[in-house]
Amino acid sequence: MSTAFEHPTYNYKVVRQFAIMTVVWGIVGMALGVVLASQLVWPELNLGLPWTSFGRLRPLHTNAVIFAFGGSALFATSYYVVQRTCQVRLFSDKLAAFTFWGWQAVILSAVVTLPLGLTSTKEYAELEWPIDILLAVVWISYAIVFLGTIKLRKTSHIYVANWFFAAFIITVAVLHIVNSASIPVTSTFSVSIYSGAIDAMTQWWYGHNAVGFFLTAGFLGMMYYFVPKQAERPVYSYRLSIVHFWALIMVYMWAGPHHLHYTALPNWTQSLGMVLSIILLAPSWGGMINGMMTLSGAWHKLRTDPTLRFLVVALSFYGMSTFEGPMMAVKTVNALSHYTDWTIGHVHAGALGWVAMITIGSMYHLIPRLFGRTEMHSVGMIAVHFWLATIGTVLYIAAMWVNGILQGLMWRAVNPDGTLMYTFVESVEASGPGYIVRLIGGLCWVAGMLIMAFNVYMTVRRGEGARQPIPQTA
Amino acid sequence: MNNFWGDSLSSFWSTWIIVITLGTIGISAWLLFANRKTDKTPDAEGNVDTTGHAADGIEEYDNPLPRWWFQLYVGTVIFSLGYLVLYPGLGNFAGLLGWSQESQWEEEVARAEERFAPIFAQYQEVPIPELSQDAEAMQVAERIFLNNCAICHGSNAKGGYGFPNLTDDAWLYGGAPENIVQTLTNGRNGLMPSWQQLGSENIENVTQHVLSLSGNAEDAERAEQGASVFASVCAACHMPDGTGNQALGAPNLTDDAWLYKAPDQSLADSVRQTLRNGRNGHMPAQAAYIGEDKVHLVAAYVYGLSRED
Repeated sequence: MSTAFEHPTYNYKVVRQFAIMTVVWGIVGMALGVVLASQLVWPELNLGLPWTSFGRLRPLHTNAVIFAFGGSALFATSYYVVQRTCQVRLFSDKLAAFTFWGWQAVILSAVVTLPLGLTSTKEYAELEWPIDILLAVVWISYAIVFLGTIKLRKTSHIYVANWFFAAFIITVAVLHIVNSASIPVTSTFSVSIYSGAIDAMTQWWYGHNAVGFFLTAGFLGMMYYFVPKQAERPVYSYRLSIVHFWALIMVYMWAGPHHLHYTALPNWTQSLGMVLSIILLAPSWGGMINGMMTLSGAWHKLRTDPTLRFLVVALSFYGMSTFEGPMMAVKTVNALSHYTDWTIGHVHAGALGWVAMITIGSMYHLIPRLFGRTEMHSVGMIAVHFWLATIGTVLYIAAMWVNGILQGLMWRAVNPDGTLMYTFVESVEASGPGYIVRLIGGLCWVAGMLIMAFNVYMTVRRGEGARQPIPQTA
Repeated sequence: MNNFWGDSLSSFWSTWIIVITLGTIGISAWLLFANRKTDKTPDAEGNVDTTGHAADGIEEYDNPLPRWWFQLYVGTVIFSLGYLVLYPGLGNFAGLLGWSQESQWEEEVARAEERFAPIFAQYQEVPIPELSQDAEAMQVAERIFLNNCAICHGSNAKGGYGFPNLTDDAWLYGGAPENIVQTLTNGRNGLMPSWQQLGSENIENVTQHVLSLSGNAEDAERAEQGASVFASVCAACHMPDGTGNQALGAPNLTDDAWLYKAPDQSLADSVRQTLRNGRNGHMPAQAAYIGEDKVHLVAAYVYGLSRED
């Protein structure tokens, strides 16, 4: 990476590295999603090989989009935001560089081991123990760089975005280390130290807080910087930030058991998971309100600024999926939705609609500034990307809602004699059209990401020439 | 103390759960009320002025919490506290309704029993051969078969590699009504031992001999040489003439039914593999899952499969 854009104060090199890898891993992760969506329509596409079978590629897809794409985006934006809002360079350039190369090493290890079938079998925590240890070391280094930078800050206050980033970093360290605790048997195989219902509860305590802290708190940190920045408006309410931040991190911790309704988990645990998921609605919406209301007085900017549109639509999907989540945590709703495609739809409303959209909006703000430009190469391409992403998300989640409710109703339908009206395979057959629509939604997303990659490439290339002042075009 | 208190947790852990649950809900509600109001007055645009600090140029208003959001928050807290009074959640306190997922399951099963048991009971008295001719009963039986048996035996009941075809006349454990009921009720465990110790020469000879029993031998000389080993080792279960023994589940080797011939495998290879490695067949017991009444009905369905015109 060129050193032509070195900022006099801040470490932008590591931010640039993570920002570029965000785009690269976004394409890889989403392309894998499209492969998997295709396999569900045409199972022959598993090619009859173990390495390309659904069961092995699926964890690679989830790891690639959550940790490679989402993780790189969080590293890039948190390093950028913490420096700019604390007015100080990162705590340690060497350690920051280690987090970049360490994180890429973790991801590359996943790319090799998951298709080989090496897995701890814990969802979103499939990596085997040697990689888990590397991940823990990288993550603790990340915490030192980030918290150390806050410690060195030249401002009296710690900006709200940094509260969320800090909560996300600290909690993910705890979640990862506790849930991945295992006894190594060989270098590629280990056994969890938990068993039975406790293992399941630990896994979903981890799993739901991966959503809560990695995919929510972290990206709220991103939102709190890039939305007011791009809209050039003050944040709506400082006190709302305080209430919803503390409530969010306190209550999210309890929500995990809603993944285990009607299982071997004790009744009391299930109930607590349900009621605290319901209480979570208002704290979650606090972030949406604070983002949305920040735009009051700036709504007209949406007409001309597709980057801002990405950020606002992300907040809308965030609001929608954080309403849907508490609703699905209600036992009677869960009895219908659990184990169906509705869950997959809900996850992607959050993952595509919220996480990816807020990331992409932030990247379109961030990347030109990192490479010595004021704007992306083409604003028109951002607009095209915006529509592809929005339409893709709507197609995806609508298809999964239809499939999910269809499956839930088919599984519980009984004949007058009490026998089941449909066999399982009939519900799979009925899901076919939904799988095709989902695939189309996924293709829209990958197409949008490729346009983004081209736009970023052109921005960076033109930026390279910016050592001499460049004439501003349009 | 009373019915509302279970005893699955020790009193320490029960108390601990109650305290941290109510503590968490209480603190988050306190947080809400404590930050509800601002004593600052709004500006011309209706925004309450900023906190005075700016981060990288970003200022923050200090607007009060939106009223509807505040009420939503309070509403969810009230709902949750009400839920925890009625349902199990606070440690060993079982909730005023006395509800549990186990009791819900038992009630639902009891209701289903009451409604549907008479339908199945009426078939219980009908002998299986007669029941297999009852079109209405067989429609019910087919649904049970599709949801419980088809996963292994196929929706057309023709089986597959390792799973017996139920539509032919080859019966491992007998095709009489009482045999089928027995298979369904208690399951079956088929065991063909490995004969690796015979050596590859003998295995090759016995393979050809087994094939010769159904007229499929490729090498008549080897088939002849395998006869003595067959008589001393295999005949104990498969009988000297190779017709098998249904009491043991030892297959008839003289017919055309080959349970372990994979689609891409030659017959000789599958027999060789069986002799070398042995086989383990497992039919799970069904009585515990579907009940005796339904076993009777499914037995009639299976009985009818191989006797259709």
